[in-house]
Amino acid sequence: MATTQFLFAGFGGQGILFSGKFLAYKGLIEDKQVSWLPSYGPEMRGGTASCSVIISDTPVGSPIVSKPDVLVAMNLPSLDKYEASVVKGGTIFVDSTLIERKVNRTDVTVHYIPATRLANENGMPTLANMIIVGKILAEMNQFNMNGVNKALSKVISARHADMLDFNLKALNIGKEN
Amino acid sequence: MADKVLMKGNEAIAEAAIKAGCMHYFGYPITPQTEIAAYMAKRMPKIGGVFLQAESEIAAINMVYGVASTGHRVMTSSSSPGVSLKSEGLSYLAGADLPSLIVNVQRGGPGLGGIQPSQSDYYQATKGGGHGDFHMIVLAPASVQEMADLTVKGFELADKYRMTSMILADGTMGQMMEPVSLDYDIAPAPEKPWATTGTKMEREHNIVNSLFLSPEKLEQINFERFEKYKAIEENEAMYEEYMMEDAEICVCAFGIAARVAKNAINEARKQGIKVGLIRPITLWPFPSAPFKKAAAQVKEIISVELSMGQMIDDIKLASECKVPVTLCNRVGGMIPSPEQVLEAIVKANNGGAL
Repeated sequence: MATTQFLFAGFGGQGILFSGKFLAYKGLIEDKQVSWLPSYGPEMRGGTASCSVIISDTPVGSPIVSKPDVLVAMNLPSLDKYEASVVKGGTIFVDSTLIERKVNRTDVTVHYIPATRLANENGMPTLANMIIVGKILAEMNQFNMNGVNKALSKVISARHADMLDFNLKALNIGKEN
Repeated sequence: MADKVLMKGNEAIAEAAIKAGCMHYFGYPITPQTEIAAYMAKRMPKIGGVFLQAESEIAAINMVYGVASTGHRVMTSSSSPGVSLKSEGLSYLAGADLPSLIVNVQRGGPGLGGIQPSQSDYYQATKGGGHGDFHMIVLAPASVQEMADLTVKGFELADKYRMTSMILADGTMGQMMEPVSLDYDIAPAPEKPWATTGTKMEREHNIVNSLFLSPEKLEQINFERFEKYKAIEENEAMYEEYMMEDAEICVCAFGIAARVAKNAINEARKQGIKVGLIRPITLWPFPSAPFKKAAAQVKEIISVELSMGQMIDDIKLASECKVPVTLCNRVGGMIPSPEQVLEAIVKANNGGAL
């Protein structure tokens, strides 16, 4: 892996920024160069949220991801907006519970994950985001427990330590699906 | 070395300021710099410092004036429209020769503008920032690490020269997270015999003031202040050069624009175009030396800015207009893409044709 540019997009409240932060921390723990850039302002307040994450072996230039290698679309407006921007040969992860249509592109790899349904069925309705991240890590052969555990402990504050196991479970559900 | 942590640029500024011994913060919220105030609100009470949300930006800058008069390290932060409100205070700080740190995390303007990133306060920051003849030291970070490092440097320079340092960042720099190490060895702040700390009946009164009704005296003070500015121009200019050794095209950019430009330069190099970057780290003093050198070496300088072209004037002065200086820009909260910068580089390399 030289440089991978991720774009996470969905509604505010789906944990878009959180999942990007987790991935960035995991990269940092594994001695990669990383950057994380959120959309901010009114967009965060219930509208669309997105975040750019870059994980690289070399110093990160621009932190703005305009041509993602990996797109995570957690709602239809996000898929509509960003589908065309994914690089040829890139990968799109779709929350197929919330997005009924298929991806039109034929030059990218697509994974449909019913993440919101899986999250609800497993009693963790707020963790569809981490189910998708689990799937991403598995597909990229980056699902190692050391990095995952350390990164989770960095992004989940001590006050919410009880959420650690739920997040781990969500990642594993993503890995298995 | 301590572990690197992921921090937002705004948070890195706040923590670095505390590490540099700043125990007084006065501010008023405005996107995209509010995290600085939020961080200070959380941390200052725990370490015996002062966080105060003022009733306005004007109040905040005058509180800075008050603390600066006592010789303590002090700061305020805002974004473009808020900094305009502070401009009276900036002029008074300059007139009274007080050290302070001001942060401007710029957003699109003019007026209330927008909340997305911009660099269109370059003139305001580098050409004074208020009425009267004065300068501020203007530092332009291009990474979260530099947001922190230049905050520490800003306090040191402010104390050294008894003047305001300004961090001129933008919304991207404030909002992005990158790994940062805040492992500083901070030198103690210098003695400030001029500070108004109480005479204890042992010395004459110290007076901090910017009113001088005698034109002879006011002229003399201005002359002396500009002697100081001259020394700063000679000694404190900072810049980074990237792939300039054999460059035939020179890109000049600071902050987020420099990050985008590096992507474009790497791509152009793959196409065999000899292009490099000069990234000013101090915007005042503007680093003239690398441009004098570049003017004898390159066939064109491209200024990449998130403004209608402000730094381009300083580039023309520094390069003495010996080579064409062209502008590659986006404004209003938009950011140039690496592709747009690459196109400008290719065009320059072909002598103006695509």
